[in-house]
Amino acid sequence: MALGTGWIHIIDFDDENNIINKNVLLHQAGEIWHISASPADRGVLATCYNRTSDSKVLTCAAVWRMPKELESGSHESPDDSSSTAQTLELLCHLDNTAHGNMACVVWEPMGDGKKIISLADNHILLWDLQESSSQAVLASSASLEGKGQLKFTSGRWSPHHNCTQVATANDTTLRGWDTRSMSQIYCIENAHGQLVRDLDFNPNKQYYLASCGDDCKVKFWDTRNVTEPVKTLEEHSHWVWNVRYNHSHDQLVLTGSSDSRVILSNMVSISSEPFGHLVDDDDISDQEDHRSEEKSKEPLQDNVIATYEEHEDSVYAVDWSSADPWLFASLSYDGRLVINRVPRALKYHILL
Amino acid sequence: MAAAAAAGPSPGSGPGDSPEGPEGEAPERRRKAHGMLKLYYGLSEGEAAGRPAGPDPLDPTDLNGAHFDPEVYLDKLRRECPLAQLMDSETDMVRQIRALDSDMQTLVYENYNKFISATDTIRKMKNDFRKMEDEMDRLATNMAVITDFSARISATLQDRHERITKLAGVHALLRKLQFLFELPSRLTKCVELGAYGQAVRYQGRAQAVLQQYQHLPSFRAIQDDCRVITARLAQQLRQRFRCGPSALTQAPICARLLAVALPCVCFCVELLLALGEPKELRSLEAELGPSPPAPDVLEFTDHGGSGFVGGLCQVAAAYQELFAAQGPAGAEKLAAFARELGSRYFALVERRLAQEQGGGDNSLLVRALDRFHRRLRAPGALLAAAGLADAATEIVERVARERLGHHLQGLRAAFLGCLTDVRQALAAPRVAGKEGPGLAELLANVASSILSHIKASLAAVHLFTAKEVSFSNKPYFRGEFCSQGVREGLIVGFIRSMCQTAQSFCDSPGEKGGATPPALLLLLSRLCLDYETATISYILTLTDEQFLVQDQFPVTPVSTLCAEARETARRLLTHYVKVQGLVISQMLRKSVETRDWLSTLEPRNVRAVMKRVVEDTTAIDVQVGLLYEEGVRKAQSSDSSKRTFSVYSSSRQQGRYAPSYTPSAPMDTNLLSNIQKLFSERIDVFSPVEFNKVSVLTGIIKISLKTLLECVRLRTFGRFGLQQVQVDCHFLQLYLWRFVADEELVHLLLDEVVASAALRCPDPVPMEPSVVEVICERG
Repeated sequence: MALGTGWIHIIDFDDENNIINKNVLLHQAGEIWHISASPADRGVLATCYNRTSDSKVLTCAAVWRMPKELESGSHESPDDSSSTAQTLELLCHLDNTAHGNMACVVWEPMGDGKKIISLADNHILLWDLQESSSQAVLASSASLEGKGQLKFTSGRWSPHHNCTQVATANDTTLRGWDTRSMSQIYCIENAHGQLVRDLDFNPNKQYYLASCGDDCKVKFWDTRNVTEPVKTLEEHSHWVWNVRYNHSHDQLVLTGSSDSRVILSNMVSISSEPFGHLVDDDDISDQEDHRSEEKSKEPLQDNVIATYEEHEDSVYAVDWSSADPWLFASLSYDGRLVINRVPRALKYHILL
Repeated sequence: MAAAAAAGPSPGSGPGDSPEGPEGEAPERRRKAHGMLKLYYGLSEGEAAGRPAGPDPLDPTDLNGAHFDPEVYLDKLRRECPLAQLMDSETDMVRQIRALDSDMQTLVYENYNKFISATDTIRKMKNDFRKMEDEMDRLATNMAVITDFSARISATLQDRHERITKLAGVHALLRKLQFLFELPSRLTKCVELGAYGQAVRYQGRAQAVLQQYQHLPSFRAIQDDCRVITARLAQQLRQRFRCGPSALTQAPICARLLAVALPCVCFCVELLLALGEPKELRSLEAELGPSPPAPDVLEFTDHGGSGFVGGLCQVAAAYQELFAAQGPAGAEKLAAFARELGSRYFALVERRLAQEQGGGDNSLLVRALDRFHRRLRAPGALLAAAGLADAATEIVERVARERLGHHLQGLRAAFLGCLTDVRQALAAPRVAGKEGPGLAELLANVASSILSHIKASLAAVHLFTAKEVSFSNKPYFRGEFCSQGVREGLIVGFIRSMCQTAQSFCDSPGEKGGATPPALLLLLSRLCLDYETATISYILTLTDEQFLVQDQFPVTPVSTLCAEARETARRLLTHYVKVQGLVISQMLRKSVETRDWLSTLEPRNVRAVMKRVVEDTTAIDVQVGLLYEEGVRKAQSSDSSKRTFSVYSSSRQQGRYAPSYTPSAPMDTNLLSNIQKLFSERIDVFSPVEFNKVSVLTGIIKISLKTLLECVRLRTFGRFGLQQVQVDCHFLQLYLWRFVADEELVHLLLDEVVASAALRCPDPVPMEPSVVEVICERG
């Protein structure tokens, strides 16, 4: 069965030596459609996968643990070990028999790895992982009611407000949820002209979130004003599948699209540092103070920093490195993974 | 006269009749005496004879004539008359002579008597005069006595006389003083009675004295009183100016009175103010009033011109006549006054003109403005300092500017109206089931309608610069109005706004495609393109010809506008491609997403949705073909569909499926596909399109097929599912290649779809190409 199994590739990138190391883990349950790592335990991850049975495809979700030796992140294991693929250890299933296909799984950011939310068809499910993640208990759930077949396509957990907010996308609509009451807090109708593919919260600025979709646009929203986007980017020439804020410098926004391009944009005007990096006043002399003031007066423009065209086919995933804020990776249909750095000039411009 | 009567047939004395000689001489002398008398009394001989002037007065034969010659007479008698007659005349003559003698005697006697009585009378008078002389002497003595007496009396009275004269002088002075003291009360009375003239005369008389003696307290008091009263008087006079029915006609008289009464400068201003509440302004204001049926603007400006401006001229003339002596200060005041009134008048006029802005009739407005402007020229010359003419010109300019704005609005509205019509026309024929008016026809309609609107606006605006209009030779109307106003503001502005309106359809929020009918986008795009190629330059040339642009203002060159129009056309067409592509994409996407591809049956037919896609594409092809040219495509072989189909179905496809079964295979597949892609060009899905049919359809098909590709990649296919995709793609390929510029593109994308479907299939057993062909040909 070619499509019956999935693999997880763990790729180590040694920045100093520019060496790439790969480990392959077998995901026997089925082909993986979505993956997310636990924020608390680096060896634990959750996947959504397709299970084909009786000529039916069902997407399930489960929490897994990587083998110990890989978890340590040591890349000493020789390359030839990849031929003998190791297997993931199943911790628990997120039982979705009652709820339908799992679209995505998100962990509580900055939490202790106990809370997880999964989106299944039109349900939003909050799970509690108990007994060292060996059991998942459905803590609460909510479902979307409306005419037609509503299906969540994507979701993100906001790092702000004590992690009590989750945003989801279904069709052209963005919705915000309060995880305590599992009730809707805001709703952006027709956020995009067509299907919304992905969204992401600004990690440094409350209420700000970015979304992308099939109308080739990336839109930035202030969730307090749901009628108008704060900003719209229209750089891609086909569906935008992914949008990601840089974890520390939120003016850097990464998008991947099925026009095979990855675009890195500099959205200074709506970032948390609209006037550049502000140095603490106490630490600097007067001269520097003046200089920083002068610098802050420069009009900062939103612009596209770079367009990466290494991919030959649609790019379906992009993300920033969690370790190095200047590093990001993109993955395309043909299986090509590209790792890129933010241009050096820009890096220094932001830092200094 | 008896003598004359007798003389007619006077018998001549016989010849040789000696006694008759002296007799004859005597009458001659008498005759002479008579003649002299007659001469003295101024009677001519003939008249004295009383006869009609028959005989010649010099006739010597006339007995009574002055030139009677007895000899001639006798001769004549003797010669002419018979004897008997001679005898008769002799006797007659004798008798006459006797009568005359007796008459003479009587006269002498009478005269003598009278002479005697006259002598008596003179003697008597002599006596009387002597008596009178005595009396006269006595009178003379008496008179002398009287004179003597009188001299004596007057000498005695001399003293007293002098004193009396003095007293009389004092009396007169006292009377004057009394007048002064009574002056206030008199003035009051005069004011009360309304005898202003009298009052002013009193005041005039007292003025100098009071002025002279004002250092004395009592006089000062009087003067103050007088001043108060005169002030009241002035007040009343002003009152009369204000409410008087014919203020202006009475004004000069009163003004003169007032000027005498109050010769102070500030008064002039007050006078002007008093005069300056012309009823005309008020009546104009009333006309303006809230009631809608105001008289038309021409009438209004006429009223304003004749009423207010005429009045102003009159006032100004009166003022200058009255206060010419005041010199520049007075002129200044008049100017200020005129300015103040003028500004109020202008405010009224502007309000009225503002009401007119909505109307469409330019000619009336221009005529009204012309009159308004013309009327203000007279006071403009009279009151140059007030700058009324300038202000009037300014108003006219402002109105002209507003008019331009109004026309621009009108053009915009007309354009939007055209668009609405097009929308309706596009929506209607669906019901009828017929094609209705073709797109080309609609386009022609829109273009001609807009052009005619533009021409109408130009013509209307052109009135402002007509030669006979008084303000057309102002620099503004010769220069800025033409270039900046009409050309830039109206025409360029309209074309720009048209482009903007058209572009706004591209960013309309209804991105689902429902908001704007795609045909409208297409039509607008073509319209903009037509503008770029011809219409813009035509319109601008027309404008430049009509309005001879003379000044140096920079104007937008034709090329810039054309570039804008072209950009708009391009964006519209691109948007059209997106919208149409989206429509087909949605169809394809639904068809892929809603189907259960794992448990589908073996394909027997091409799916209906694919036929629909081909139908829709054909419809779009027809639609675009109505407005756009064919465009170029790459050279193609006569039977291209078959050839390429065999290529992708046999060699490439097989090569791709084969290695993907084993776990180690993905590397190879990826490598293979990557290598393939290295040789094929990257396909830019939403790329800008060119202005031709092929490019448009290529864009639409690209978008649709890319969607199909992405959707297929998200699904999992059973064997028959894959085969169905194979059939569908072959069908699409059979029909879509003819629409695109480069058929290789369609093949590439469809290859990709089938390859992706194969990758997503756990049991990829492709259908035999021949079977696929049979199914497709059957469908």
